[in-house]
Amino acid sequence: MNKKQKKVLIRIIISFVLLIVLRFIFGEEEPATDTMKVAKFLAYLVPYLIVGYDVLLKAFHGVKNRRPFDENFLMAIATVGAMMLSDYQEGCAVILFYQIGELFQSYAVGKSRKNISDLMDIRPDYAFIEKENGDLEKVDPDEVEIGSVIVVKPGEKVPLDGIVTEGSSSLNTAALTGESVPRDIKAGEEITSGCINLTGILKIKTTKEFGESTVSKILDLVENASSKKSRSEAFISRFAKVYTPAVCYAALALAVVVPVANFVMGHDPNWGIWVYRALTFLVISCPCALVISIPLSFFAGIGGASNAGVLVKGSSYLETLSMVKYVMFDKTGTMTEGVFEVTDIKAEGIDKDRLLELTAYAESYSTHPISLSLQKAYGKAIDKKRIGDVKEIGGKGVTAVIDGVTVAAGNYKLMDELGIKYTTCEDVGTIVYVAIDGKYSGHILISDRIKETAGAAISKLKHAGIKKTVMLTGDAKKAAEAVAAKLGIDQVYSELLPADKVSKVEEVLAQAGEKEKVAFVGDGINDAPVLTRADVGIAMGALGSDAAIEAADIVLMDDNPEKIAKAIKISKKCMNIVYENIYFAIGIKLICLALGAVGIANMWAAIFADVGVMVIAVLNAIRALYTKNL
Amino acid sequence: MKKSYKIEVDCANCANLMEDATKKTAGVKDCVVNFMTQKMNVEFDEGADVASVMENVVKNCKAVEEDCEIFL
Repeated sequence: MNKKQKKVLIRIIISFVLLIVLRFIFGEEEPATDTMKVAKFLAYLVPYLIVGYDVLLKAFHGVKNRRPFDENFLMAIATVGAMMLSDYQEGCAVILFYQIGELFQSYAVGKSRKNISDLMDIRPDYAFIEKENGDLEKVDPDEVEIGSVIVVKPGEKVPLDGIVTEGSSSLNTAALTGESVPRDIKAGEEITSGCINLTGILKIKTTKEFGESTVSKILDLVENASSKKSRSEAFISRFAKVYTPAVCYAALALAVVVPVANFVMGHDPNWGIWVYRALTFLVISCPCALVISIPLSFFAGIGGASNAGVLVKGSSYLETLSMVKYVMFDKTGTMTEGVFEVTDIKAEGIDKDRLLELTAYAESYSTHPISLSLQKAYGKAIDKKRIGDVKEIGGKGVTAVIDGVTVAAGNYKLMDELGIKYTTCEDVGTIVYVAIDGKYSGHILISDRIKETAGAAISKLKHAGIKKTVMLTGDAKKAAEAVAAKLGIDQVYSELLPADKVSKVEEVLAQAGEKEKVAFVGDGINDAPVLTRADVGIAMGALGSDAAIEAADIVLMDDNPEKIAKAIKISKKCMNIVYENIYFAIGIKLICLALGAVGIANMWAAIFADVGVMVIAVLNAIRALYTKNL
Repeated sequence: MKKSYKIEVDCANCANLMEDATKKTAGVKDCVVNFMTQKMNVEFDEGADVASVMENVVKNCKAVEEDCEIFL
């Protein structure tokens, strides 16, 4: 509790005790004499003013600044009215409970605000710079220049992006990716700010200023997320602007028009009853439950998502994401690893390892990705002395003499040209056929590996209520269809140029109904136009990629495609809570207003409608923070 | 030019009122008040004198919500 809240609490307690004492002194009945009446009024005025003076002052300020219709005004009118009607206890109780409600609200909201902020608090407070004499100097991360060497000890946050120059350790990236398994890091590797160093001391040469570092970008994004307001939020602020004055006029009508009408028609005007009902009306009407719980729900939803490694740039995107029915994605880098690897070796009449060794040697002069993946699979250094007479045959392959044998490695065209009989391979990927001394010796399959989680990702999307999954790729038809069939993707468009991807997304956008949104998931590097064109652009594996963070609406920090379904589920949960709060708060208020107007709901019901609804709505909003089991 | 200020305000509706009041201040191009992070992002008009504009912003905000605080 902060100072302000403590002060209010003390005022509440004093006035509460006073009220109980006065109740014993004066009892229930009307005082007999006029002096006693005045004494009672003055006595009750003390606790009333102690607990409510600021409300009266604020109401006065509101009127002075010509903005009369706020909650303070409502409370002031309602309680002053009750005091005038000699309902002293009720007048005091209403303002007392109003203050308790306000206190609780400010405490609950402050607490949940802090909970969520702590969750997202990845801001490093300091950095240690290594000086020339080896001493460490503690500085603000803002002051560290590019190229400085900083030291990060175990348990500390990595303050700036850079490259590890010394040491090895494991990193906790949970705050960035939601991934709980630590990641190993060693000298020469890039390191992103915001991770927590777990085991060893690291020396890092910084490559970015603090303002440009990943941690700053993410913080900026999350903190400014609410600037892109969703339709629900806009609706609530518009609603509040109309609602408060409307209720005030309705209350005025209840207090004046009804008794006057009664009087004109020859009935008893019953001023007391109608004024009391109008006051009840005013107490019920506070729009705070709505105004606070909707943004809080979104804030909690965005916080929960970021905890799961899903960055949402604004509550409007969370809202759109919950309505997504079509998910389109890129193949390479999204569903597949995007790295070419040797996935199969079929040797005929020769040892597999020997086949790989000879092929790697033959291809060693090339820098083509295929050749690189062969070197990687071979894994040992190439001794150039063993290679002689290398001949590259453009678009077909290469022949070379290695350890005295002639090795020909290349595609089927090379085999055809050399007149070598080979067994065709039907597998998907790039196939390197190898012949040794003119005799076919087998082939090596090089392909892009499908991510382990890709299959589960697609079936989870179906569970999350996605109507159709579509894959767009620039790859060959055969490779694309094989991946799609394996994963259970509904539709594939292959051999597309980047511009074609945009037109395919537009086709689906045209197909989709009014409330059916289209999401595009890409790895963010070359998909910027498509990411912008789709209703929601989701970038994957974006840790450290500025381009993706710029172009996308939602950023998945690691490259696990299962997170797509998770993000959708988080958004649905959050939107459910938002709607629950809207319907619940407006519903209860309207019911109580109706009951108040006909005289069934008294002041106590009114207080519940105000404070109770708000507290329940705030507690409900906090649920959006918990996303672990989705 | 954009600047971010720390603020202190108790209720969400008041934060909305502050946002409106700031937007109406001369020299302010746009403003977003974030109740959750207790921050106010103000975008100033080209060539506006930030210090004097902010003085008016504080005044206008105090008029709509007496309890608010803007840390300049």
